[in-house]
Amino acid sequence: MTSILLIGESDEHGEVSQSTLQAVAAAKSLSEPNITVTFSGDAPASASSLSVDSIVSISAVSNSDDGIYEQSTAEIASLVTSNNPDVVLLSKSDFGSLVGARLAFRSDLSFAADCTELSNENGALVVTRPVYGGSALAEFIVASTPAVVTLRAGAYEPSTETGSPAIESIEPQSIEQFAYVTDTVAETRDGVRLEDAGVVVSGGRGLGGPEPFSVLKDLANALDGAVGASRAACDAGWIDHSHQVGLTGKSVSPDVYIAVGISGASQHMAGCSSSRAIVAINKDADSNIFKEARFGVVGDWEKVLPSFLASVRELKA
Amino acid sequence: MVLAKQVPDPETPPSQFKIDESTNSVVPPNGVPPVVNGFDLNAVEAALLLRDAGADVEITVLSVGTDFVMDSMKKTLAMGADRLVLVDDDGLDKIDSAATVKVLATVIEKDGAFDLVLGGRQASDWDQAHVPLGLAEVLGLPLVSLVQKLELTDNGITVQRVITDGYQEITAPIPAVLTVTNELGEPRYPNLRGIMQASRKKPEVFSLADLGLSSGDLAPKLKLTKLYVPESNQQVELIEGENEADSGKKLALRLREEKLI
Ligand SMILES: Cc1cc2nc3c(=O)[nH]c(=O)nc-3n(C[C@H](O)[C@H](O)[C@H](O)COP(=O)(O)OP(=O)(O)OC[C@H]3O[C@@H](n4cnc5c(N)ncnc54)[C@H](O)[C@@H]3O)c2cc1C
Ligand SMILES: Nc1ncnc2c1ncn2[C@@H]1O[C@H](COP(=O)(O)O)[C@@H](O)[C@H]1O
Repeated sequence: MTSILLIGESDEHGEVSQSTLQAVAAAKSLSEPNITVTFSGDAPASASSLSVDSIVSISAVSNSDDGIYEQSTAEIASLVTSNNPDVVLLSKSDFGSLVGARLAFRSDLSFAADCTELSNENGALVVTRPVYGGSALAEFIVASTPAVVTLRAGAYEPSTETGSPAIESIEPQSIEQFAYVTDTVAETRDGVRLEDAGVVVSGGRGLGGPEPFSVLKDLANALDGAVGASRAACDAGWIDHSHQVGLTGKSVSPDVYIAVGISGASQHMAGCSSSRAIVAINKDADSNIFKEARFGVVGDWEKVLPSFLASVRELKA
Repeated sequence: MVLAKQVPDPETPPSQFKIDESTNSVVPPNGVPPVVNGFDLNAVEAALLLRDAGADVEITVLSVGTDFVMDSMKKTLAMGADRLVLVDDDGLDKIDSAATVKVLATVIEKDGAFDLVLGGRQASDWDQAHVPLGLAEVLGLPLVSLVQKLELTDNGITVQRVITDGYQEITAPIPAVLTVTNELGEPRYPNLRGIMQASRKKPEVFSLADLGLSSGDLAPKLKLTKLYVPESNQQVELIEGENEADSGKKLALRLREEKLI
């Protein structure tokens, strides 16, 4: 049996997040899984029909408790001590990355971050994680348990099975807190969330400046999609960093990912390679993006994009 | 104290990225020297910005590894750091992050006084993003990750921490551990004077034995069994029209045909 403590998260609508459903699927792929899902704060209502063994809510702590999750880390650390699971599974979200690492080092546990595959081999846990920006994959045997594992978004299809887990609630403890969030400044977003969009239109250094992003915006609007960008475009200040797709930006998996003037560096592809179809517009036929794309046009975006946009509008009319 | 790791140049084009599967290690492309991890230069820059803002800071760069290329590592001194401390030992070739944290913590505790430990948000070789986080836990210090702006205050620091769609303002006491992200801005280029000064400085080098550690203390919790380049069987369908504008039009029609748009 593999006992798994899965750290759940809720989304902005108060539902079990897609990344948590993906983690449930990953947990279920292990041998004879016994899965407890815990939520920092009250569990979302939809958690009560998850196909897992039990749900534990740590009441009165919200997912964003102190903003940097010091309370959550302390709560989950005590749960790990009392439950002694084989695997502590988190999503590689802002929450999961921070809490996972702190937990592992606080309790001297094994830690594998940003994994794309979990399995059991001869009783041991085996994890696969992309390394070198995604240029390579590394497979590890986890020598000692409990092991803390964070899971990359999109690595597993979300679990759709239902069940009736036992439900429990525990009281939070009081902790000593060091750092305090005094303010949160949110980027304003118009239209669909990048992570949820069915179509993403991304621009890179090849656009040459900030203005062309308005053409990408028009295209995204015509397709009910969202605008993304490479790190090079964000670092240049052409568009806000909240649009960055990639290893250190957002992970997206739309039906169509349109990359304009993006070379397809492994660190960029790490954020979009689980898209259904990648479409590339790039003037360099040797560019790496054409090794990853399903459809492509070799050409100057300034000539290709206007007619593409016009045709899309006609087709959509 | 700035944590800086020497890594293979991440700008190596994918076509030149090679792995020796018999040793599970990356073969550096000919003539491309390793570099200081990009985010660690952002961390050096963060420290230099504190100095620019008028604070009296001494900046020590600390690195754990082996086969250091001094021209690469000294870039941190040329930018304006004061000291370069290297833990250089063959036994450090293949250690995991838990062991890295152990070595870093040992040096930091030995070296004594510091007010801030600044690391990069992640190292571009193993992409783990957790060494400074682990260090904060082991040293029992406050931690703020993903810092894009940093100010010293009378009794600590205020920082901006990047979150998914914006940022948080955070106050913390010092000493503290921070990880720095590229949103901080481009690290400065060393000027001629900096390069001259750096060339005269000698790094302080320690072995594991100097620190009272042995490779037995550093056994990995995760055993690397396979390192390989994933195969891509994606075949691109190139859309060619009479001219580039026509290609754009044909692309739209093709995507509609596939019911993708
Ligand atoms: C640790 C680490 C993490 C990183 N994380 C990320 C990340 O999260 N996201 C990310 O994107 N990057 C990330 N990077 C950076 C990444 O390695 C690349 O440097 C970056 O993605 C390059 O952006 P680009 O493709 O826009 O620019 P370039 O590589 O410069 O490519 C520009 C492309 O535009 C094409 N072009 C130029 N002019 C035209 C034209 N007129 N019409 C059509 N095409 C044109 C060129 O042929 C070229 O292919 C990371 C790097 C490291 C080391
Ligand atoms: N061997 C090392 N020597 C010095 N600093 C390191 C080392 N490994 C990691 N770091 C620091 O920790 C950060 C995150 O590294 P990692 O957790 O390996 O992704 C890096 O950006 C460095 O600042």
